[in-house]
Amino acid sequence: MRCRQPGHTPLLLLALILLFVSTDVCVAQSEPDPAGSLMADTARVTVAPPTSVIVTDHKYDNGDALELSWVPSIDDRIPGGKVVRYQVYRSVNEGEYLPIQELLPGSNFFLDESLHRDSVYSYYVTAYSRNDSAMSVATAPVSPQREWLHVDRAWLFVIALIISLAVFYFIRAARKGEDLFIRKIAGLEAVDEAIGRATEMGRPILYIPGILDMDDVQTLAAITILGRVARTVADYEIQVRMPVSRSLVMTAARETIKTAYQTAGRPDSYSDDMVQYVTDEQFGYVAAVDGIMVREKPATVFLLGAFFAESLILAETGNSINAIQIAGTARPAQLPFFIAACDFTLIGEELFAASAYLSGEPKQLGSLKGQDVGKFIAMVVIIIGVIAATLAQAWEVPFMQQVYDALTFVFSTQ
Amino acid sequence: MTWAPLVSMSNLGVVISLAVIGGGLLWLLYRSLLAKEVDRRVIFLFILVSVAAPLLFPMTFEEQATPVVKAIFDKIESLPEGSRVLISFDFDPAMAPEVQPMANVVTQHCMVKGHKVIFMCLFATGQALLTQSLELIVSEQFPDKVDGIDYVNIGYKAGNEGVLNVIVSDFKKMFPTDVNSVPYDSIGVFKGIRSCKDLDMVFTIGGGKPGVKEWVLFVGDPGRVPVAGGVAAVVAPQMYPYYPKQLFGIMGGIKGAAEYESELRKTYPQFHDVDAPGLRMMGPQTLAHMVIMAFIVLGNVSFIVQKRRDRRRKR
Amino acid sequence: MRREVPLAITFFVGTLLIISVFLPPAEGLGEDFTVFFDIIAVFAFFLGGGNLVRVHLTKLSRRKEDWPYSIVTLLGFALMLVVGLFKLGNPGGIAASPTTDGSYFQSIFDSVLLPLGATMYSLLAFFVASASYRAFRAKNREATILLVAAFIILLGRTPFGMALTGFIPEQFDLFQVPNLAVWIMNFPNLAGQRAIMIGIGLGVVSMSLRLILGIERTYLGGDER
Repeated sequence: MRCRQPGHTPLLLLALILLFVSTDVCVAQSEPDPAGSLMADTARVTVAPPTSVIVTDHKYDNGDALELSWVPSIDDRIPGGKVVRYQVYRSVNEGEYLPIQELLPGSNFFLDESLHRDSVYSYYVTAYSRNDSAMSVATAPVSPQREWLHVDRAWLFVIALIISLAVFYFIRAARKGEDLFIRKIAGLEAVDEAIGRATEMGRPILYIPGILDMDDVQTLAAITILGRVARTVADYEIQVRMPVSRSLVMTAARETIKTAYQTAGRPDSYSDDMVQYVTDEQFGYVAAVDGIMVREKPATVFLLGAFFAESLILAETGNSINAIQIAGTARPAQLPFFIAACDFTLIGEELFAASAYLSGEPKQLGSLKGQDVGKFIAMVVIIIGVIAATLAQAWEVPFMQQVYDALTFVFSTQ
Repeated sequence: MTWAPLVSMSNLGVVISLAVIGGGLLWLLYRSLLAKEVDRRVIFLFILVSVAAPLLFPMTFEEQATPVVKAIFDKIESLPEGSRVLISFDFDPAMAPEVQPMANVVTQHCMVKGHKVIFMCLFATGQALLTQSLELIVSEQFPDKVDGIDYVNIGYKAGNEGVLNVIVSDFKKMFPTDVNSVPYDSIGVFKGIRSCKDLDMVFTIGGGKPGVKEWVLFVGDPGRVPVAGGVAAVVAPQMYPYYPKQLFGIMGGIKGAAEYESELRKTYPQFHDVDAPGLRMMGPQTLAHMVIMAFIVLGNVSFIVQKRRDRRRKR
Repeated sequence: MRREVPLAITFFVGTLLIISVFLPPAEGLGEDFTVFFDIIAVFAFFLGGGNLVRVHLTKLSRRKEDWPYSIVTLLGFALMLVVGLFKLGNPGGIAASPTTDGSYFQSIFDSVLLPLGATMYSLLAFFVASASYRAFRAKNREATILLVAAFIILLGRTPFGMALTGFIPEQFDLFQVPNLAVWIMNFPNLAGQRAIMIGIGLGVVSMSLRLILGIERTYLGGDER
């Protein structure tokens, strides 16, 4: 009988075990393990916190805002950064911290508004990755402060004061009887002639005060000019037609014309129907006015006030009925149309000067001279600024750069 | 002169239209040389033909985006997905044909980039136009976009600049709900937005008041929000003083829309088959411009001939 | 008193709003007054609407010239008022916005107001042509410069501008028509616009001072003479 050697069986078993293990390993290596990939996705994406979080009082407000700034997380500053958002937390009167604002990656500033002066606030900022977060150190408690004056608007105040004082000075000078030279404005010189033409032809005058409401300064200018025109119209005893697109303008215009007729001693000639509300809708109003022009063929058309796209339609229709047209607007986009289609055009500031010009009163004319001081200052500053900017940029003259920067600082809006 | 600008010019109708216009202008030139003025009704007729013909017999031209328009495109393109963009429809039906294509193409761009868009308007009649654009662009071309999550329509609020004065610091105060009465706090788009200062960009379309200037004055400058404007062509010159500091881009009229559409098609070929009203309408605009230039020449010919005759008579 | 009270109110409110620009606690006043004005303007709608109805009813009842058109006006006014106020045909019912998709108000807006507004606006195309024909004549030096600039801008807005001048080398590309058009808009035009805007700003200051101080009173219905 042959005996088996005792070490063979364990070895065989070991070999079989090794064989199975290696097979499993091979299988694991050749086929992807779904459990393994899930484990890779839920791996924590750690992120560094924002730093240097500073809270300061927001300047020149009513004590209702604080400014928060910080240095973004270093993980936000690398390309393809890990930060997906920031969250600002706030504590009021040392209470619980609550989230108040979510911000995009890259953010480093937040203005917290609608606060109370009597409360204290502290903040911290948390950077979030896909599945992790890191909060900054909290700031010390701060209360917003109220400032009584907008110090950064000091230059605006100074410039406004200079122009206003110039206006007052010239009004005073005019009252004292000083002779003030005001250049001739052709459109305004032609008002009497235009109204006279309507009288000769026995046709009405059409007055269009623009399409904006009484809160627009151009409409106010148009109504003030209406007062002057209506006085002449009442004296000449001719019809005035005034379709308007705003109800408040209708009310103001009626008062103005009624008083003009009363002053001219012709209260019975006035009728409320002279001023009619049409519609607020821009082109509905234009259609109505065009219809009035074509049917009633006014001899004179005044287009004074704020106009938009309808300016050319009105002006061309007026031109087609051979009316004398005096237009004026402070909207630069519409000026070319009026200049092309109307007989006389008041450009920008001439519209605002018109009422003073037509009145001929010293007080009013004085205000026009004051306005000219403002223009003079503007011209001088522009010339100095252009020279300074050119020398600073073309020849890199440092002093000129300072002059340019100073002018920019003084004349920029705050 | 090359014919490269003419991208598509198809049939007999085009040739006949151009022949009619050209022949008519030659006849008017002959009359101008006899110092005869052209009746305004004849001018109107020529404009009618020059605008109608390219619409009936399609004519489109290649467009190159100018820097002021490209700036808007580049900005929207560079903003990361999920950026907050506000588009304000500040125009009425009369201006819609000229400016609505701008609103539509910028909406398309924002949608394809995956930005969160807030739609609003400061004109009462702009609300219906906004609804139209949402249907035409968002519902039809981007059906996967969800109202409240990807975009929101907060509609119209009366008050003109007063509205801007408020939303620059508090959106919810002026718009507590959207047009479907969904509360502000429940709208996903508004998450993290308290005021205009939290926006990444504002694009306002219009040409009247309130419009681009008011957005710059009341929101752009004080809130330090990038603002771009789309305006009617006649208003565009007024916007140049604000470019590039207060307005980072300007689109002017149909040409602005056409340039943007052209740029969008170059970057996203899927828009080649989508209607491009800006490019389509440049055909009539181009032809009408040429006719107007021809009439200016005719007017001057007539004027010069008449002047010479008057000088001869005086001698 | 009839004129003194409004003048006093104008002076007080005007001065207050100027001061509020420089006082942070009062900064919200401007916004508040804007809202006040809007509330007043909304109530004024009744005045205007009432006037419109009265005028056309009078025209209709007295059979004045073109009275049939007054019927159209009155019918249109009544229709939109009723349809909008009572939200007729509105899928969202009485609580929904009047401009809800599918409502009669929205349908009338889309099919009547939109096309009418676009039609009126499109008149500009014709009027621009007739105005250009009449106005752009080389009568003098300034008119000639205007004419040339208009030509360049018009050509620059068409693809033919580039087609005509595309051969110009890059060093002189300013003279390519589209670039020249943009240059004209950005420099001479811009300079002129800014000058006009500065003048307008000063004109507004001057006029506002006259109104606030009561020097200009015509808007109240007469001056001191």
